Amino acid sequence: MLLRYRGGEGMIAWAFHRISGVAIWAFVLLHVVDIYLVGGNPELYDEVLKVYASFPGRILEVLLGAALLYHALNGLRIIIMDFWPPLTRYHRALWYGCWAIFIAVGLPVAYEIMAPVYGWPEFFR
Amino acid sequence: MMRYSRSGRPKPPGGGRETAVWYLMRLSGLALFVLALAHYLILHFVFDPADQDVDFITNERWNQLFWRAFDWTLLMMVLFHGFMGVRTIITDYAHRPRVRVASLTALYLLGALLFVLGTNVVMTLPMPGAP
Repeated sequence: MLLRYRGGEGMIAWAFHRISGVAIWAFVLLHVVDIYLVGGNPELYDEVLKVYASFPGRILEVLLGAALLYHALNGLRIIIMDFWPPLTRYHRALWYGCWAIFIAVGLPVAYEIMAPVYGWPEFFR
Repeated sequence: MMRYSRSGRPKPPGGGRETAVWYLMRLSGLALFVLALAHYLILHFVFDPADQDVDFITNERWNQLFWRAFDWTLLMMVLFHGFMGVRTIITDYAHRPRVRVASLTALYLLGALLFVLGTNVVMTLPMPGAP
């Protein structure tokens, strides 16, 4: 769909915004319940935490951060264009700007999250 | 001139409730840009989640009123923004009236449940450092 329908960057930005939004929403459902367990069932919470801290858990953690960062940056792009409509002319440049910040901020964060699994040095903790 | 964005929802005209929701989505989005990114960076980048057991939350993180208030504000913003966002998606795809009403009812009930669970644990978890 994304490749055949010739909507260009604006359409992909829109599709990614929806997909990342739903993913974050689904994690919020899980996260409110797991934090509720801290008071309701502390032993079970510590068990859930071990899953989060495992290798697959950390992969999902990085993906969550990626969804969050993309949604935040593209959301700012939407707000900029909504309130300063002439800037809509530059919607492509703004989108590529989002990706530049996404890479610059996201890579060090992803590195730090995965570092304990591989025994890599942690630079920020 | 293009009147709306290349990925956001066009502003509903009329100045009624739907227009207010459109503005509030952007306002809560701005708040979440700060609150959600700070929350993620502190608890996944500065600290390792592996260390965040019940002891860490009770005796350190939520032993300070500031971070409880911070997390509760984040919860309120994310519940509004997330559930209103999913509501937009449901109204985009669920056209049959009964399906739409049933989906939206389930969505609002789920939102109310999360409000109760989240608020309950923020307010009632014992605080060793409280005066």
